Amino acid sequence: MSSGLSLAHEPVSKVPHGKLAMWIFLASEIMFFTGFFGAFIVLRNSNLELFSHSAGELNKWLALLNTFILIGSSLTMALSILNLEKGNTGKFKLFLGLTILCGFGFLIVKTIEYSTKFGHHIFPWTNVFFSFYFLMTGFHAVHVIAGMIPMTFMFIKAFTKKGYNHPVKVETLGLYWHFVDLVWIFLFPVLYLIFPSH
Amino acid sequence: MQTAIAHAHDAHGNAAHGDHAHHHDVSFIRKYVFSTDHKVIAKQFMLASLLFLFVGGFFALLIRWQLAYPGEAIPLIGNILPDTWVSDGAVTANFYTQLLSLHGTVMIFYVIIPLAVGMFGNFCIPLMIGTDDMALPKLNMFSFWLVPPAGLILLSGFFFDSGAAAAGWTGYPPLGPSSGAGQTTWLISLFMIGFSSIMGATNYLATIVNKRAKGLQFFQMPLTVWALMITAILIILGTPVLAAAISMQLTDQYLHTSFFMPDNLLVGARDNSVLTGAFIQKGNELLEHKQLLGGGGQPILWQHLFWFYSHPAVYIMILPGMGIVSDVLATFARKPLYGYKAMIFAIMAIAFLGFVVWGHHMFQSGMNPLLGTTFMLSTIVIAVPSAIKIFNWLGTIWRGDIRFTAANLNALAFIATFIIGGLSGVFMASAPVDIYIHDTYFIVAHIHYVLFGGALFAIFAGIYYWFPKMYGKMLNESLGRKHFYWSFVFFNLTFYPMHILGVGGHMRRIYNPYIYEFLQQFQPMNQFITFAAIILGFSQLILIFNIFWSLKYGKAAPRNPWQANTLEWAAPAHPGHGNFDTDIQVYRGPYEFSVPSRTADFYPQWEEPQGQPEEVVAKDSHLRQHA
Repeated sequence: MSSGLSLAHEPVSKVPHGKLAMWIFLASEIMFFTGFFGAFIVLRNSNLELFSHSAGELNKWLALLNTFILIGSSLTMALSILNLEKGNTGKFKLFLGLTILCGFGFLIVKTIEYSTKFGHHIFPWTNVFFSFYFLMTGFHAVHVIAGMIPMTFMFIKAFTKKGYNHPVKVETLGLYWHFVDLVWIFLFPVLYLIFPSH
Repeated sequence: MQTAIAHAHDAHGNAAHGDHAHHHDVSFIRKYVFSTDHKVIAKQFMLASLLFLFVGGFFALLIRWQLAYPGEAIPLIGNILPDTWVSDGAVTANFYTQLLSLHGTVMIFYVIIPLAVGMFGNFCIPLMIGTDDMALPKLNMFSFWLVPPAGLILLSGFFFDSGAAAAGWTGYPPLGPSSGAGQTTWLISLFMIGFSSIMGATNYLATIVNKRAKGLQFFQMPLTVWALMITAILIILGTPVLAAAISMQLTDQYLHTSFFMPDNLLVGARDNSVLTGAFIQKGNELLEHKQLLGGGGQPILWQHLFWFYSHPAVYIMILPGMGIVSDVLATFARKPLYGYKAMIFAIMAIAFLGFVVWGHHMFQSGMNPLLGTTFMLSTIVIAVPSAIKIFNWLGTIWRGDIRFTAANLNALAFIATFIIGGLSGVFMASAPVDIYIHDTYFIVAHIHYVLFGGALFAIFAGIYYWFPKMYGKMLNESLGRKHFYWSFVFFNLTFYPMHILGVGGHMRRIYNPYIYEFLQQFQPMNQFITFAAIILGFSQLILIFNIFWSLKYGKAAPRNPWQANTLEWAAPAHPGHGNFDTDIQVYRGPYEFSVPSRTADFYPQWEEPQGQPEEVVAKDSHLRQHA
């Protein structure tokens, strides 16, 4: 570290430490949601009627809107990384800001969805299906918020004199953000779209 | 003789080490408390876990006293414990179940895992791969600083009126979610320590992949690093599933969901004294009016999720030990590790199989018998890679120039006890046998043979082996041997008879076994076990005394006191932040002992080949490994 040794050399795998660690962490995150999906499959099979019936009560159009918002935010995230790498700080700020905005949009739609459910006297304890609905979408929303916090820090820093010039960090956060998007891509059909077609 | 050799290959070491000091003028807090130095974090893990070892051991002795002399006052401390815990100086039934639950939880999550993975992972990985620190030192610091609050939250359960968690270390529903605040502390503390594990494991993997010294190939890494790397993968893939299950149990407890609660289950008192708020009250109202309470959950679902983590967790606890033992045995037998690659593939096989055998904990839970057979077969198959390891260890010491140091004695004890624990594991893996011995002391004997006899002896071996590098002082060998002999003898006297208790039908979580006539004959044996356990517990004080005595009066350690080959011994005797004072270039594998063409019986990984072409040595070692 200090005496001019080259112990802290380039990463052997050529992938920066933080980014590599994020990939590993995402493997862990996949298993976290797998726990819920696994439990969902088991309890769905023992409460088939209840699950189909309850899924019909969810608002699939709001969920569809949220799907578009999140996919859009993944696009803006990718564009912001691209622009930072190219040095277009203006566009970087624009797209990062849009990503944060999409995050907020997603959470607002989620809030509307939740409050309508509460209005219809549907709570986490109503039945097992809704327990899953609130738990899985709730944890997903927590992940969205957890991604928006560092994103906001980067956004604010980008407006300071020094600016924000760590494309690798933005890229690492981007990995996480795409993962959160991907979880939603699984949640949407599993929770909203499996109900009887009659 | 040791110092002479240390001298020979580190002539230029000291000068560079000397000026390390003024590069790191950091405050006391940054240096010793919120340090990002992997070695300090390792020591913090060691200190915290050894403290917890005594806490967990104390719980065990209280349990033992009750089994030996039910209803009789605990000597010395019985009358000073609060009334909620004891009546007339004897442990109450309620407190007994809390002790059982927390003994298991503390020993597994706060002693063995933090010692085996937290301490050795942190200390060994950067040093053994020849780098200056972890890939993400700050993340590493956070991973430790979740442990003390998590532990305190767990123990705080004892101070609630309803007591600490009492649903066993497995927290099975419906008992788990329907118990009080103690269970909540248990769930939260496990969630936190799980998160700490995941952060640590992420870091280990990133470090091993990205920060290996120049020239160090994967198949030149010592077994300790291999074992920790595969352990990290187990943690990454297993622990989050437990986190998911824990969150589901928490909502079952507080939001009255019913993931794990079956239909038509009436539970008396749900204690919500910890959380308040309109949301919770609403749930309570609904509960009172029996409105809309779904049911529809499955208690066995928890068992599947729990064991999906907790079976791999068994390997999280034992694999680092297997790595440590491989290194210690090879060094002290002065022979290359027998079957280096086979040992690595065996670890991989054990880790893989570890993920597909969790059902063997559930033969008695009402699982489809067909599924039971699958789990039985996959479990018994684990005996194959385990046997590969055992035979390779024996092959390593076969005709070796064995040095009976304290570290090596503990490593040898690991092999002996792991054989016993492994074989009793095969008994239980067999579903028909398990039906008989399930939930008896046979299981208790088995788990202690693999976790105390296996993991903990390996951890002791590791402590004796790496202490010189950790603190720059040698541990006192004679005290070390005394600690070993007392521990080994009384470990066996404590846990071996438990096999007999178990076959005799002694249940494992029973408060007073003697209410059954057929168990009354076992009281003398239980008393014998209790006395052995007390001596075993006090024997551990020798280790603690040795650590503190050696820190103050111990011999200064040379760089390479054991004449070992791996990279940590290239570092200065007491490495500072940044670890090495020379650049590290790796030339060969970690177990080049007794190379025929050399005068010294070891050939360090970092030593430049001199006089002879490298290929000759490599070819030669290749021949010896496969001879």
